[in-house]
Amino acid sequence: MQATSHAFKDNVRKAIVDPGLQKALGMMKTGFQARRLAAIQKLPEFEELREKGREIKNHVLENLDFYLERFERKVTEAGGHVHWCRTAEEARETILELCRKRNAKTVTKGKSMIAEEIALNDFLEEKGIEPVETDLGEYIIQLRREPPSHIIAPAVHLNKEDVIEAFHKSHTHLDPNRPMEEPTQLLDEARTVLRPKFLEADVGITGANFMIAETGSTIIVTNEGNGDLTQILPKMHIVLASLEKLVPTFEDAATILRLLARSATGQEFSVYTTVSTGPKRAADLDGPEEFHVVLLDNGRTNILGTEFQDMLRCIRCSACLNHCPVYATVGGHAYGWVYPGPMGSVLTPTLIGIDKAGHLPNASTFCGRCESVCPMKIPLPKMMRHWREREFERHLSPASVRTGLAFWAWFAKRPRLYRLATGIASRLLGLLGRAHGRYSWLPLASGWTKGRDFPAPQGGTFMSRYAAQRKAP
Amino acid sequence: MPSATPRVGLFVTCLVDLMRPSVGFAAIRLLENAGCRVEVPETQTCCGQPAYNSGDRKDTRDIARGVIEAFQGFEYVVVPSGSCAGMIHEHYPALFADEPETLAKAKALAAKTHELVSFLVDVMEVDRVFATYEGTVTYHDSCSGLRELKVKEQPRKLLATVEGLGLKELPTAEICCGFGGTFCVKYPDISERMAKEKADDVTATGADTLLAGDLGCLMNMAGKLQRQGSPVRVRHVAEVLAGMTDSAPIGEPEKR
Repeated sequence: MQATSHAFKDNVRKAIVDPGLQKALGMMKTGFQARRLAAIQKLPEFEELREKGREIKNHVLENLDFYLERFERKVTEAGGHVHWCRTAEEARETILELCRKRNAKTVTKGKSMIAEEIALNDFLEEKGIEPVETDLGEYIIQLRREPPSHIIAPAVHLNKEDVIEAFHKSHTHLDPNRPMEEPTQLLDEARTVLRPKFLEADVGITGANFMIAETGSTIIVTNEGNGDLTQILPKMHIVLASLEKLVPTFEDAATILRLLARSATGQEFSVYTTVSTGPKRAADLDGPEEFHVVLLDNGRTNILGTEFQDMLRCIRCSACLNHCPVYATVGGHAYGWVYPGPMGSVLTPTLIGIDKAGHLPNASTFCGRCESVCPMKIPLPKMMRHWREREFERHLSPASVRTGLAFWAWFAKRPRLYRLATGIASRLLGLLGRAHGRYSWLPLASGWTKGRDFPAPQGGTFMSRYAAQRKAP
Repeated sequence: MPSATPRVGLFVTCLVDLMRPSVGFAAIRLLENAGCRVEVPETQTCCGQPAYNSGDRKDTRDIARGVIEAFQGFEYVVVPSGSCAGMIHEHYPALFADEPETLAKAKALAAKTHELVSFLVDVMEVDRVFATYEGTVTYHDSCSGLRELKVKEQPRKLLATVEGLGLKELPTAEICCGFGGTFCVKYPDISERMAKEKADDVTATGADTLLAGDLGCLMNMAGKLQRQGSPVRVRHVAEVLAGMTDSAPIGEPEKR
C-alpha cells in the first residue's frame, strides 16, 4: 500500500476529530487491556515464559541461516517447495506464477500482514485474479477498500453501522430490507457469502505465525477457522511468511504460543491452532495437492547485526498497540502504512526508510508501557530513540527543533550563564503571570496553549533563592 | 545501608529550578527530617533528557559529564523527579560504553541516584511523615518513575500517614498524561488529547487535589484542568508530604 506516514500530522488531526473512530478506539482500549491482564494473572510462570521466548528468538536470529536451510530441507522432504524471495516484487511474481500454474481465478486468503506489506491483493486484481479475504475483519475492510488499522483486529476502527453499510453496498444480491441490526445476523451473512468462495477457490494463501525448522511445518492461529478452510479446500496452499517467523522446534513454538494469545486477546489459546506439514499425503482425507512456502526477506536481513535486531523477535501479538496511549488517541490508519503503534514505529522506518516514516518513532512519550507488555521483551522505546539519533545525525529533524535544542544545550553546558538566563526568564515570566498564576497564551508555545493553560513560574529560580537563603544570617 | 547522617546531593531538576522552587525546598525538608545532610551543587543545570530523547547524543554526553562532575563524592543523589532520576540511573551508563573512565563514574553515580519519595521509603526507611492536609487526593504515576524506577507504593504509603488526607485511587493512574518532554510541543494535538483524557479521569474521581512526583506531568495536567475550569488543586507530592503547602498550587496565583 502507498505509505502516508509522512502525512502523520494531518492524519492525526483528522483522526482526533473523527467521532466514529474515537468511539471505536474507546471501546477497544479497555477490552484488550483488561482481558490480557486477567489471562496473565492466571499464569504464574508468565515472566519466565517471556524470558524463554526472548532466548528462543535471539538464538534463531543468531543462527538464522542454519535454521532456514534446515526448514527448507524438511519442507522438501515432506513434499513441499520453498521459494526464496529477497524483495516484495519477487514475492508477488512468485505467487503470481504459482497461481497461473493452477489457472487460478479465485484465491482465498487467511489474514496476512506480509501480504499487506507486499500489496498482494491489488497486484492479483491487476492480473485478473480475485483475492477474497476470509478473516471477517479483513473481509469487511476489503469491501471498504481500506487497509487494516490493527495487526490482529483489522476492522477495529469500525462501528457496527460501518459494517452494515459495507454489506448493504456490496451484497447487492440480498434483499435490501433484510434485518441487519444484530451482530449474529451480520456474521451469518458473511458466512453465507464466503462459503461458496472457500469452495471455488483454486489457491489458498495464508501467512504463518511460526515456521518450525525441525519438521518443516508452518503454524497459523485463528479464531474463526477461516485459515483452515483457506488452506485445506483449494488444490494449492501457499504460505507467505517473512524469515524471522522461524523457530527451531515444536517445543519452542509451544512456548511462544503460550505467550501469543494471552498477550493478544487474553485467550489462553486461539480457537484454532493449525499446523501444516507439506501437501496432502496418500492416506489423508483432504488437504492441498501442492504446498509452497514463499519466504520473504524484504529488509529483514538488513536489520540483523544492527541496533534494531531485537525488533525481529516480534510475534505480532498487538499488545503494544493495545496499551499505547498514542495509538489509542489516533488509531492505526494515522501511522500511514501496514504496521501501526509502537512496533510499527520501530519497524516501518526499517522497511520504507526513516526519511518517509520519520514521524512514527518521534510520536512517542516513551512512557514505556509497550515494552512492559511485550511478551518478547523488545525494548521498543530504546529503538525509537535510536531512530531519533539516526535522524539527528542526518539532519532530518525539523530545523526549529534542532535550533531550540541547540540553544538549550548550549546554556545547559555553561552553569553560570544558565543561572543568569534562567534567573531572568523565571523572574520575567513569574512577574507577568503573577496576577492569574497562568498563561492562556504564550509566544513560541502556541501548541501547548491552544488547549491548555501554561502555569506561571513562582518567580526566581530555586538556585538563586537557595543561595540567598544561605547567605542570609 | 545508609550511614548515620548520609550526605545527600540534591539534583533539583531544571523544571523545579525554573518553575517551582518550593518543590526543592520541600525535598530538602523531607530529607533533613529523615536525617540526611543535604547539599546543592551549584553547577547543576539539566540531566540532559531533552537532548537525549531528541537523538542528540553528543550534547547529552557533554551535559551528563557535567552532572557526573558536579555530584561526585555524595553518598546519595536524590531527585524530586522520576524522569530525571531515571535518566541518571538507567541511561547515563549506556551513554559512555566507549569511554571506560567516564563509564565507571557514570555507573557509580547511577548506583547512588534515587527518586525522592522512593529514597525516603526504600533507603531511609521512613514510614510516616508529620504533616497535615485537609483534602481528598488522587495520585498520578509518572511513567519513568513507575516503569524505570518502580515508584508506585512509596508515595501512597507516605500519603496515608498525612493527617486529614483522604486518598482516592485514579483508575487510569498508570496511563501517560501526554507530557513526554519534547513530545508535548512536537505533537501538541496528541498531547492535548491525552491530557484531556487524564483531566477527565481526575475529575471523575471527585478528588479536590491531584499529586504526582514529576513537575512536567503536573504542569501538563494542571494546564488542562485549569483550561477546563476545574477547581482541582495540583501540587508536587513533596509539598504535601513536607507540610509545605503555603505557596499557591500549580497554575494558581499567590494569595496576597
